[in-house]
Amino acid sequence: MSKHWVLVLSLSLNSLAAEPTGQQILKAVDANITSDNKIIATKMIVRGRRSSRTIESLSYIAGTEKSYTEFASPPREAGTKMLKLGEQLWIYSPQTDRTLLISGHMLRQSVMGSDLSYEDMMEDPQLAPFYAADIVGEAIVADRSCWILALASKSQDVAYSSRKLWVDKERFIIMQEERFARSGVALKSLQVRQVQRQQGRWVATHLVFKDQLLAGEGTEFIITSLQLNAEIPDHIFTKSMLRK
Amino acid sequence: MLTIKLAMRNILGAGLKTWLNVAVLSIAFVTIIYTQGIYLGMNEQASTALVKVYYGGGQYWQKDYDPYDSFSLEESHAPLTPELETFVQQDQATPILCALATAFQGSRIIPVQLKGIPPDQKILDLPTAALNDETEMIPALIGTRMAKSAQLNVGDLLTIRWRDVHGVYDAADVKIVHIMRTTVSTIDASVLWLPLQQMQKMYDLQDEATLAVLTQTVQPVAVTADWRFVPPEELLADIKEMVQQKTIAASIMYVLLLFLGLIAVFDTQVLAVFRRRREIGTLIALGMTRARVIKIFTLEGILNGLLALLVGALWGAPLIWMFARSGMAMPDFVDNMGIAIGERIYPVYGAGLILGTSILVMISVAIVSFMPTRSISHLSPTDALKGKHR
Repeated sequence: MSKHWVLVLSLSLNSLAAEPTGQQILKAVDANITSDNKIIATKMIVRGRRSSRTIESLSYIAGTEKSYTEFASPPREAGTKMLKLGEQLWIYSPQTDRTLLISGHMLRQSVMGSDLSYEDMMEDPQLAPFYAADIVGEAIVADRSCWILALASKSQDVAYSSRKLWVDKERFIIMQEERFARSGVALKSLQVRQVQRQQGRWVATHLVFKDQLLAGEGTEFIITSLQLNAEIPDHIFTKSMLRK
Repeated sequence: MLTIKLAMRNILGAGLKTWLNVAVLSIAFVTIIYTQGIYLGMNEQASTALVKVYYGGGQYWQKDYDPYDSFSLEESHAPLTPELETFVQQDQATPILCALATAFQGSRIIPVQLKGIPPDQKILDLPTAALNDETEMIPALIGTRMAKSAQLNVGDLLTIRWRDVHGVYDAADVKIVHIMRTTVSTIDASVLWLPLQQMQKMYDLQDEATLAVLTQTVQPVAVTADWRFVPPEELLADIKEMVQQKTIAASIMYVLLLFLGLIAVFDTQVLAVFRRRREIGTLIALGMTRARVIKIFTLEGILNGLLALLVGALWGAPLIWMFARSGMAMPDFVDNMGIAIGERIYPVYGAGLILGTSILVMISVAIVSFMPTRSISHLSPTDALKGKHR
């Protein structure tokens, strides 16, 4: 039995006796999010003022440090590839046949017109090491009973100084999230619309990510296929893959 | 004197042919001066505007600052050195803090550069006093280009998001308190000017700056290795280089115009030597040296040039004076080229330009006038008298 399921199971058993602490819930959420290797096929629906675009991609992800994504459609984005290695992100554009290192203010730009920035893509998905969590309430989200967690950053160098999470009490999966600036202004939000059980793990397969400072309906992510703990050859996470 | 008289009588006697040569040469002469004046005016106008509103008497840059590399901006800040602090306290310098942020306007994301400046500074000709706004909002000063591209008016609110020095996100609304009109796009396009102290607080960069602009009357002093002085000449080098490149491109037109004029003179000279060979033979037979005959013919050509300068001055001077005074309206696209020119460009016609162009025209005319006459040196007077020519 994998480590994260031991944590989730023990928390579930604990919850029968006493309510877990915010930090324990956060660790269980982290354990649920992270897996060794995964191959995900996604659809990203970007809604504009007049029309919407659907961007399809296939991603290979190894832990939290390495990921490789290849875009398949629409034709304008087809062939675009992204490689994340630790703190660095490269993007290959077939139109220009050039590979660019995305850094500095370019990281703040939107990924293909979506509500997601390159910085958001680079973010470490783990929360427990960076935030102190407190349970501040309970709520029902998408017919699921959730804890509401208020997260405050433990150090001065965490991108979002506070967050609010709605965590499913049974599945330990984030159903809703809000990310705040230091001044308390809501910056980003996330809403899970569908959760599916994949290879013995609960996974959000349909979610809406929204930049709260932008007018619009947000960007939808739909996972069309997911392979957890997949075998991914090492050469996938090399720069030479970008120009293949 | 006789040579000049003879040459003068000959070219005036040639009638229409002479005046056609003179007309073409004078057009080339006036066009070169007129166009060069525009480029000189462009250089002077852009340099003056940049010095007034941004470059001052030079700038001290934090060692990592590179205006052409926006990636370097995040690291480009440091506390002012004691020497720079003294300059600031004596109103001889003004610190500026530069940082990147993102502005949100409806469904648009606009990458912007924030520039923090003390509202009470007197070094730069910027309406920064408007930043002394007493409201609770962060006041922002923008230029007309920024106002146009982001569709902003005075009193509008704009949400901006930034990451402080530790990488933490923050966001706030800024209030547009003033829209300035400037020819310098560097301080306008995608730029928001904020009060320095407020911006230092936003980025958690207390007492730090990216650059310090000196007033034009003060001499720079040596400071620590964290800062380096960039003199106005270095700051303006790009403008000079750009104008130089444009001048080089325009010189193709000068060459073509001058070539047309010179070919007319050359042609006239070749024809004169051929058609006036009896006259040449007579002059040599009467005892005139070949060198002197060549001199007369060359002088005739040169007189074409001199007449062209005179005629050019007659019709060109009023025209040039009028443009220098009222300027020339610039099309809108020039504003997007990054040159601080404005709506009108005022050409500058210096003595050096006029004298230089005159010398260039005269030397070229002298050369093409002389070249065809060389054949006179081996012309036999008897053959010439018979009308033969080898």
